[in-house]
Amino acid sequence: MEKTRLYWSFSNFQIFKFSNYTMSQFSEERLAKVKEIIARYPDGKQKSALLPVLHLAQEQFGWLSSETMDYVAGLLKIEPIEVYEVATFYSMYNLKPVGKYMFEVCQTGPCMVRGSEDIIEYIKQKLGIKVGETTPDGLFTLKTVECLGACGYAPMMQLGKHYREHLTKEKVDAIIEECRRNAAANN
Amino acid sequence: MGVKLLLDKAHVEGIRYYDVYRREGGYRSVEKALKMSPADIVEEVKKSGLRGRGGAGFPAGMKWSFIAKPEGVPRHLVCNADESEPGTFKDRYLMEFLPHLLIEGLIVASFALGSNATYIYIRGEYAWIPDILEQAINEAKANGWLGKNIQGSGFDCEIYVQRGAGAYICGEETALIESLEGKRGNPRIKPPFPAVKGVWDRPTVVNNVETLAAVVPVINMGGEEYSKIGVGKSTGTKLISACGNINKPGVYEIDMTISVEEFVYSDEYCGGIPNGKRLKACIPGGSSVPILPANLLFKTAKGEQRMMNYESLSDGGFATGSMMGSGGFIVLDEDQCVVKHTLTLARFYRHESCGQCSPCREGTGWMEKILKNIETGKGKMTDIDLLWDIQRKIEGNTICPLGDAAAWPVAAAIRHFRDEFEWHVNNPELCLTQNFGLAHYADAREVVA
Ligand SMILES: Cc1cc2nc3c(=O)[nH]c(=O)nc-3n(C[C@H](O)[C@H](O)[C@H](O)COP(=O)(O)O)c2cc1C
Ligand code: SF4
Ligand code: FES
Repeated sequence: MEKTRLYWSFSNFQIFKFSNYTMSQFSEERLAKVKEIIARYPDGKQKSALLPVLHLAQEQFGWLSSETMDYVAGLLKIEPIEVYEVATFYSMYNLKPVGKYMFEVCQTGPCMVRGSEDIIEYIKQKLGIKVGETTPDGLFTLKTVECLGACGYAPMMQLGKHYREHLTKEKVDAIIEECRRNAAANN
Repeated sequence: MGVKLLLDKAHVEGIRYYDVYRREGGYRSVEKALKMSPADIVEEVKKSGLRGRGGAGFPAGMKWSFIAKPEGVPRHLVCNADESEPGTFKDRYLMEFLPHLLIEGLIVASFALGSNATYIYIRGEYAWIPDILEQAINEAKANGWLGKNIQGSGFDCEIYVQRGAGAYICGEETALIESLEGKRGNPRIKPPFPAVKGVWDRPTVVNNVETLAAVVPVINMGGEEYSKIGVGKSTGTKLISACGNINKPGVYEIDMTISVEEFVYSDEYCGGIPNGKRLKACIPGGSSVPILPANLLFKTAKGEQRMMNYESLSDGGFATGSMMGSGGFIVLDEDQCVVKHTLTLARFYRHESCGQCSPCREGTGWMEKILKNIETGKGKMTDIDLLWDIQRKIEGNTICPLGDAAAWPVAAAIRHFRDEFEWHVNNPELCLTQNFGLAHYADAREVVA
């Protein structure tokens, strides 16, 4: 455990340094994707690509720093303020760094009546963090969110691209283990 | 077994893929439509009586006939896949399991409206679904159903998937259009309506996923035949996403002739309430519609059996009825606290208010705060009246209907469950550890019997 933690804070440091160093540049592949997205709209309406391009940026950098947002503004030939006002409006954009794995647990009515509060409480205890916090090793962030359209499969959370549904304490244990294993394997 | 028009093939192995979908009769409606004139397609949809499945229930054919056609200005169809109303998860089901059904409906509708570039705006959290849709789009394109000159008709059509990024308000059609243009999701003041000035100021039709999927059976059967399914102005079939305290949560297709009681207790649908509990209350059409206590859920105030259709669910108006809404059916059993459930909804609306209008921005915050006080035993009797007063001042005084959607659940909770609110105020300690229970709301089964 201690070892993993140390290892992780080190590698996070690396990532941080690295992204600072390369200063929010898209890879060739992502630049091609941006072009493809812009082509979906009428000429001169490339601002429409803003939400998709911010998703691409977040995929690459994990969060949207002001440098990243300025870079996106340049790509789409719009003012930086136009990017800031959008990035701050939508709840999925992270305006500060988050853990490698973000548990976004739904807390709205239908999930609440199926026990989401217990699941949130359990994750808090298990990871030793409060809602909105990240574990010191940078691995996990816990966030509560509003209805994700999985009310019939409650309680549930979003983890990255996918949903984890019908959550139980045992399932939460298994998910945490899985994340730890994946993190270790990727390093 | 009721009629199934949308989900009849949902369990066919591999239906997500083109070959299987086509073998099962897919894309026939496009073949048929391309031989018709756009005006005739609109006419069929009008005849079908198909009503918008996104919540408001506006007749789809009528909406299509309103689209402006100024010379030389492109028009657009936008599919609303933002699906964020608590309790609602039916569009997700359609897109995940029957992506080609949606694409098929979109092609027909695009042809009818003259949209050469059609956009699916999907909520950002459904992050894995765009891949499924794009795969279906590519398959359709490879088989000549999309792209240039589809099936030799001379009509060009492209469909693009655009992800939102977490904002319920982007389900409101003008907010969705703003978002599609790369802006904050602030609803526009209407008029002008999207049919005249929509995305990039071009005439635009926004329709829900389920509405557009339903265009497929409408064209296949003909509007006349489609309109014979169901009852009155509730034609065709409706997807209901059922959740909360029921044995079989999930997405069901109903033909709107079954009773609410059958829907809740039959094994074909919700399968009853788990653990032998009794039904206390139900929000039958997504979080925005009024909650009903069991006694008003199964029977209308007139004592008639309540049915799962637009008219019957709204029988009695807001005083004793509710709405079909988006078809998000939320069931609460006798152990649930109505105050607490309403609090989660108030929190939701506060979180999702775009902040443009003060009654909505401030009112949703106040309602959440007051409900929180009542729920945690810190409320006063006068708070209940204050809550009532605030919701009344939001309703009708805002740019978009989110304000109403935030007000109605609170109003209905107080209207039908006032004694439960008062009990919280009178029992500030007890309410922290106990629930009010069923009290006078008669057990569903007893009422029905
Ligand atoms: C706050 C708010 C949220 C909405 N969310 C959705 C939604 O997620 N999906 C949807 O189809 N319609 C939603 N609507 C309704 C749309 O504004 C619009 O009426 C609908 O997409 C029209 O499609 P239809 O006629 O096919 O139902 C919402 C409306 C409001 C006011
Ligand atoms: S009613 Fe609420 S959500 Fe709608 S425009 Fe006004 S502030 Fe925004
Ligand atoms: S209430 Fe949690 S997913 Fe809908």
